[in-house]
Amino acid sequence: MRIELRPRLRVSTRLTLVTSAGAVVVALLLGGLLLWAAGVDPIAALRAIFSASLFGGAYALSDTTVKATPLLLCGLGCLLAFRARLWNVGAEGQLLLGAWAATGVASFWLPPDLPAPIMLVLMALAAMVAGGLWAGICGALRAFWGVNEIISSLMLVYIAQKLLNYFIFGAWSEGGFPLTPVFPQSAWLPRLSDWAQRFPALSGLTVHLGIVIGLLFCFLVWLLVQRSVWGFELRVLGDSPRAARYIGLPVERRMLVTMLLSGALAGLAGMVEVAGVVHRLQDRFSPGYGFVAIAVAWLARLNPWGVLLGAFLFAALLVGAKEVQPGGISMMLQGVVMLTVVAGDFLLRYRFHRAPLQEAGSGQELDS
Amino acid sequence: MAQAPVVRLRSLSKHFGTVHAVDRVDLDLYPGEVHALLGENGAGKSTLMCMLAGLYRPDAGHLEVHGKPVSFHSPRDAMAASIGMVHQHFMLVPTLTVWENVLLGGGLPPLLRPKRAAAQVQEAAQRLGLRVDARAQVGDLGVGEQQRVEILRVLMRGVRIMILDEPTAVLSPGESEALFATIRTLCEQNCTIVLISHKLEEVRRAARRITVMRRGRSVATFDDPMESTARELAAAMVGEEVSLELHRGEPVPGDVLLEVRQLEVRSDRGLPAVRRIDLQLRAGEILGLAGVAGNGQVELMEAIAGLRPVEGGDLKLCGQSATRLSSRQRAELGLRFIPEDRTHTGTAPSLSVLENMVLRRYRGRGPWLRLDALRSRCQQQIEQLQIATSGPEQAARLLSGGNLQKVILARELDPDQARVILALHPTRGLDARATAQIRQLLLDARRTDPARGGHPARPAAILLWSEDLEELLALSDRLAVINAGRIVHTVRHGEADLPTVGRWMTGSSTEPEAARAD
Repeated sequence: MRIELRPRLRVSTRLTLVTSAGAVVVALLLGGLLLWAAGVDPIAALRAIFSASLFGGAYALSDTTVKATPLLLCGLGCLLAFRARLWNVGAEGQLLLGAWAATGVASFWLPPDLPAPIMLVLMALAAMVAGGLWAGICGALRAFWGVNEIISSLMLVYIAQKLLNYFIFGAWSEGGFPLTPVFPQSAWLPRLSDWAQRFPALSGLTVHLGIVIGLLFCFLVWLLVQRSVWGFELRVLGDSPRAARYIGLPVERRMLVTMLLSGALAGLAGMVEVAGVVHRLQDRFSPGYGFVAIAVAWLARLNPWGVLLGAFLFAALLVGAKEVQPGGISMMLQGVVMLTVVAGDFLLRYRFHRAPLQEAGSGQELDS
Repeated sequence: MAQAPVVRLRSLSKHFGTVHAVDRVDLDLYPGEVHALLGENGAGKSTLMCMLAGLYRPDAGHLEVHGKPVSFHSPRDAMAASIGMVHQHFMLVPTLTVWENVLLGGGLPPLLRPKRAAAQVQEAAQRLGLRVDARAQVGDLGVGEQQRVEILRVLMRGVRIMILDEPTAVLSPGESEALFATIRTLCEQNCTIVLISHKLEEVRRAARRITVMRRGRSVATFDDPMESTARELAAAMVGEEVSLELHRGEPVPGDVLLEVRQLEVRSDRGLPAVRRIDLQLRAGEILGLAGVAGNGQVELMEAIAGLRPVEGGDLKLCGQSATRLSSRQRAELGLRFIPEDRTHTGTAPSLSVLENMVLRRYRGRGPWLRLDALRSRCQQQIEQLQIATSGPEQAARLLSGGNLQKVILARELDPDQARVILALHPTRGLDARATAQIRQLLLDARRTDPARGGHPARPAAILLWSEDLEELLALSDRLAVINAGRIVHTVRHGEADLPTVGRWMTGSSTEPEAARAD
């Protein structure tokens, strides 16, 4: 008996789901093993992480949702680019630029007494334009000059950070502190706790409208990639740019547009975060959502609904990190999930096959 | 044979899934012989030889080289036993130059002296009668030239037993002659050549012995090819008498669908590839382009399809000026293109068979994709063309070359849409049955034929380039001979025979390569 690898002829949706779920389970087991090796009780640690996030009642779930929102939007942005095999790894920078533009609209460029809906829509638009253009730089460089987008998008993250620092510490600083003034109320995304006076049960639930925006875009992205001509062409482009050109697609323009949309979603995540959570621009307001989102999109195997699930899983790890000491445990788990997801790819491409040995299977040895 | 065989294969088997690719095959190779492996596509010829070349490990059976049992774990092992293979799909690094490719993985000294290395490769190429420019970048070369690089690479690694997988598929008659001359020279030096082919005539002329394979089994060995008739060989190959006859029908030339005037196009290297070509193509006719690879055929086709910029001249498509139209707009006018590269241009490899089949008609109403509505149609085409696949959802990259080509043809020859069809090597590397099927499809596409679906199908106009001259002569209603980017002769069907066309192709000023190589 001998085990062989055979390429899979087709990959069912179910298999994809099972593989991704399996990757998470294996990651938790491996993580547990590492914890145990480090002298920590793995079950207690995992229980602490998840009871502080997903399974700890309304407050915990609310906190997790708040963290999942930017992950969801950034993850969708990554998904779009990745479907075209454009490796936009700079969602973090696009998110920062989005937050910056939203802050400009809310606190500096427009009168603060605008009606809230108009204010919020303008902030969102500004954020999407800013994030989109930031990613569009990489898109244009890649499409027209063949510059590797992995490097350019990553480098633009650091430029975005420095740019924001200029505003946070300098131009927009409030009294020299590393933060801008608080937004006017019209620029706050409504939260559940806003209704706490009428429904006391809602008090302390900080989950905001952002998750609804996220769900809406999740649906839109699903329509776009699964049901539209554009989404199909995106896959052709990603799979073989030559085939895309051959069927008459404007390849360069598509690359650029894809990056613009990808960045716009990440930029929107930045707006949602400042308008829904911090209500101002401040130093280090993002714990690296844009980077975690890469893992989220990959875990989801570029399926929009999968991104939703993945966003919650990674949000849970982020929230749970505060509950366990050292906080690195949660980071370690994120890393292990990433590894098992990538390893799981192998199972989607190949299947194991038990091949019986032929009668003369080891003929070379027999004869010698 | 008085001599002992250099290679003995005994009861070699290889399975892929449930398919017995090679099933208990015995084969002896003697020093100094040209041994042809003849068989249809999928008969297991390449698989068998891949085991000898160390690319696949046999499931069962054993190999002996010079009487000693061997087991190869990699092509490197086989190479050490002086066995090398030139593949149908080239294994070259396109961004490197010819000499770098030739020396890669064996011949590179620790300290590179580029000038000397290039000169050394150039000198070896000349000695072996292989016309290549050692300093050219491989990605810029045509397929024929690339193959010569492959052969050169194998020979320069000291290979004494060389396996050639469908070597003449990409060569012109003159180049084939040169190749066979090279082969004869090598055989005189006691090298052994294995020639994988499905071309009966070529094999009868070139081989000293022929082994015919069918469905993974070795079915017959002919010790004296000239004694056996083509019919005998064909019968052994196919296993039954099949009609490979073509029905040309009576084409009725209609309106001019494609008009090319004074067209000028440049190659990837920026050199003039098409020089002021004039062409007229009518509905209902096949215009064959006869020419040695690299004489502007690909550039001409790509320029017509809108995939390559036009430097000068005009194009008219279905009566409309098309010089400034994008490739998509030309496609909307009914232009279809069967590309040379099936795996990355003609199809998107990771997409499914269905998705590849509908690349010309996936647009539904508004922005929405329609795939589900096309599934039954796709299923029907799979059955009609006998495409071997596990179903419409299988990834295209897992199809064999012939089946992939059928997917492309099913899409591009669609009678509802196709008006002008540009076909590059439509049958390259396909077995006799698939080839006959595809040739008939091309012939039918230019006819108003009730057999082509219910509607009164409009006859299409076809511009065809194939390296198989016999195919060109059989299919073309008119034949244009292209040399160095110019059309040098145009004849009607039946007006010129193969040797004449072959002479025109190489140009009267150039002597055939064979003369020099000898």
